[in-house]
Amino acid sequence: MSAVVENHDHHDDHHGPKKGIMRWLTTTNHKDIGTLYLWFSFAAFLLGGAFAMGIRAELFEPGLQLMDPIRYNQLVTMHGLIMIFGGVMPAFVGLANWLIPLQIGAPDMAMPRMNNLSFWLLPTAFGILLSTAFMEGGMPGFGWTFYAPLSTNYPNVAYFVFAIHIMGASSIMGSINVVVTIMNMRAPGMTLMKMPLFVWSWLITAYLLIAVMPVLAGAVTMLLMDAYFGTSFFDAAGGGDPVLFQHVFWFFGHPEVYIMILPAFGITSHIISTFSRKPLFGHSSMVYAMVSIAVLSFVVWAHHMFTVGMPLVAELFFMWATMLIAIPTGVKVFNWCATIFKGSITYETPMLFAIAFVVLFTIGGFSGLMLAITPADFQYHDTYFVVAHFHYVLVPGAVFSIMAAVYYWLPKWTGNMYDEKMGKLHFWLSFIGVNITFFPQHFVGLAGMPRRYADYALQFAEWNAVSSVGAFLFGLSQLLFLYIVVKTVFAGKKATPQVWDGADGLEWTVDSPAPYHTFDVPPKING
Amino acid sequence: MNTETTGHQKYYVPESSSIPIVFAVAMLFFGVGAADAVMGKGTTLFFVGVVAVVSTMAYWFSVVTRESHAGLDTPQLNTSYVYGMAWFIFSEVMFFAAFFGALFYIRTFSIPWLGGEGATAKGMAGDLLWPDFEATWPPMITPEQSLLGDQAVTKGPGESMYLHSIRNIATWLPLYNTIVLLSSSATVHFAHMALKENNRKRFNFWLGITVSLAFIFVILQALEYYEAYSHLGLTLDTGVYGTTFFMLTGFHGMHVLIGGIFLATQLVRSTGFNHFTDKEHFGFEAASWYWHFVDVVWVCLFLFVYIL
Repeated sequence: MSAVVENHDHHDDHHGPKKGIMRWLTTTNHKDIGTLYLWFSFAAFLLGGAFAMGIRAELFEPGLQLMDPIRYNQLVTMHGLIMIFGGVMPAFVGLANWLIPLQIGAPDMAMPRMNNLSFWLLPTAFGILLSTAFMEGGMPGFGWTFYAPLSTNYPNVAYFVFAIHIMGASSIMGSINVVVTIMNMRAPGMTLMKMPLFVWSWLITAYLLIAVMPVLAGAVTMLLMDAYFGTSFFDAAGGGDPVLFQHVFWFFGHPEVYIMILPAFGITSHIISTFSRKPLFGHSSMVYAMVSIAVLSFVVWAHHMFTVGMPLVAELFFMWATMLIAIPTGVKVFNWCATIFKGSITYETPMLFAIAFVVLFTIGGFSGLMLAITPADFQYHDTYFVVAHFHYVLVPGAVFSIMAAVYYWLPKWTGNMYDEKMGKLHFWLSFIGVNITFFPQHFVGLAGMPRRYADYALQFAEWNAVSSVGAFLFGLSQLLFLYIVVKTVFAGKKATPQVWDGADGLEWTVDSPAPYHTFDVPPKING
Repeated sequence: MNTETTGHQKYYVPESSSIPIVFAVAMLFFGVGAADAVMGKGTTLFFVGVVAVVSTMAYWFSVVTRESHAGLDTPQLNTSYVYGMAWFIFSEVMFFAAFFGALFYIRTFSIPWLGGEGATAKGMAGDLLWPDFEATWPPMITPEQSLLGDQAVTKGPGESMYLHSIRNIATWLPLYNTIVLLSSSATVHFAHMALKENNRKRFNFWLGITVSLAFIFVILQALEYYEAYSHLGLTLDTGVYGTTFFMLTGFHGMHVLIGGIFLATQLVRSTGFNHFTDKEHFGFEAASWYWHFVDVVWVCLFLFVYIL
């Protein structure tokens, strides 16, 4: 892949971008929409991060210092909702928008106007959700999992419900767009198994999203009806069951977990291959592993509910099914290691984040395996061990992969190289910060500290103080990330089309920055 | 991998458009309005939102139709629409799956447990909390009612919608609903065949019949609800039976209404504007797929909500 395809000749029937704010409000361009998604997610990341700082400040020492428990619960809830639905998911959708058409040689997403709608529904939904902060009764404080019957007896839950509905509509439309683009708009010659892994990971993710976001819509609808219209889905007095809520929710919730990690797998595969200067080891086994993970994700949901009083058969089934997921995940980690093995490795910032991803995500995976063991889970359930587990897969997992992707493709987006020294500084601060924050939470969790409380017993004080220091280190380091990205947008060493000498793929054949319209005429893929 | 350009047909990428952002604003009105309405803070905003959403959608679809008539869409774009519609219907299937799943869970687990069945903590709790509750489907007496009698907040329904005796089958409304909907699935298929043969008159005829059957179904459903509320004492808040009955049939009914409007739009396009050819009639095809989907949901409903 050496020749640069000149796309400049095909512009005759396109106008360039509009000027000013209207460009962003009305755009149908996948690159513009990708940029919108990425900035939205960055803003959500900082807001959700500010909420996390509030949480860690309160937990710095035992007792109640800064806020009452209700406010604390609201911070925990909104931190989760904002990071999941506003931070991680839109960041991956932004990357999908930018990269999928470039990687498969398509002129744009299949349905460009719906693409714009998918994005603009997000600020709409978050506007509705955040507006509860200014209402009597305040923001939701029932945790991002909004278990009934707490949520059915909570103020302002209707706003929460319709915000979730609109987010769901956004996700479903976005995912349909992704699936259709991948199925229908690949350049001639790009067979499914030749597709880059990021595209594969998103094909599977989009399928999961289309399958489970409607189930989430069902869950919030039942919640709405129970809360305001006197139905009895989750009310034992009328013949329902609060545990039913947990089943419906986690049937959405567990695939949702993989929705937030599969694109990270794709990204990591690209970056590790590039900076090891070797083709990825086991390309097709990576695909099969992701497909297996996606299929299994539908039959493991009740491992979130081991202590709720399910029949023993269910406990056992969900334990074994969950453990099975370790196999395809192990395949992936093995393949990444095998790709690095005997590679000609350099440690640019994206590679540092990718290697940290493999190591730290695996730690999160192992603690997940511990949690999957039903009898052991009775000890760990709803302790800080769980918090440590899912933050290890989400922060140095999903979030690190997003940062890796930003550093990796930023030169392609902006045409400028980022400052490598600053990038490395950002990596090390983040890496140290994230481990200081979350590793001690394993200890306090195993010692029995329950999650979701504003206060805690004295014996947990030291590790909580350490954790809070780490959290502020990690949180403040992200301002450095913001600075690096903004600086790169405006200035920096000019990037070549190839950018990284080990990079392979169609996106590296177009100029840096990528022209506004690329692949108006699809490239032909040979070999 | 080598790259070279080929002379493939260009995919239509629309210019920047203000429709989606207007739609997003309409959804803001709709979302806030719906939440306001539910919480008893007035319904004005909600209706403004509904009108804004519906009219933006109508305008959007008309733009797409005009673009298609202007020859902007390629076979590849049509494939995108086909895939898009198929995946959209899949998402609808999953939405109904959530409610059917809830129904199955309630019937298989929560009602027997509440009746004290099973060696789990839940069965024991059922025995201790509601000793007199009997696990039957449909539960005509809620657990709370079994304990508190008339003092209970959530009381069971007066009557269920099941067929009580085979002798009443001639007056059993759900049977007529089933006949109406199943035949409409056949008539929409006849319409499709006629269109493929380019027989416009026959197409309009069968599509007209289908649309009429759709609205007959909606009217019958409304009658059934009226009957339930006014004579049978079966309402939304009569325990899990009322809950699952109205939520499942209600969401289905809503989809019938949407599907009916979808089909009626195609009828107007065909009779009023002479749209569609024997080769290009995706709007109609999408509507008919949606209609078959609504029909399949009804068959499941008929089976699991009315018979079994």
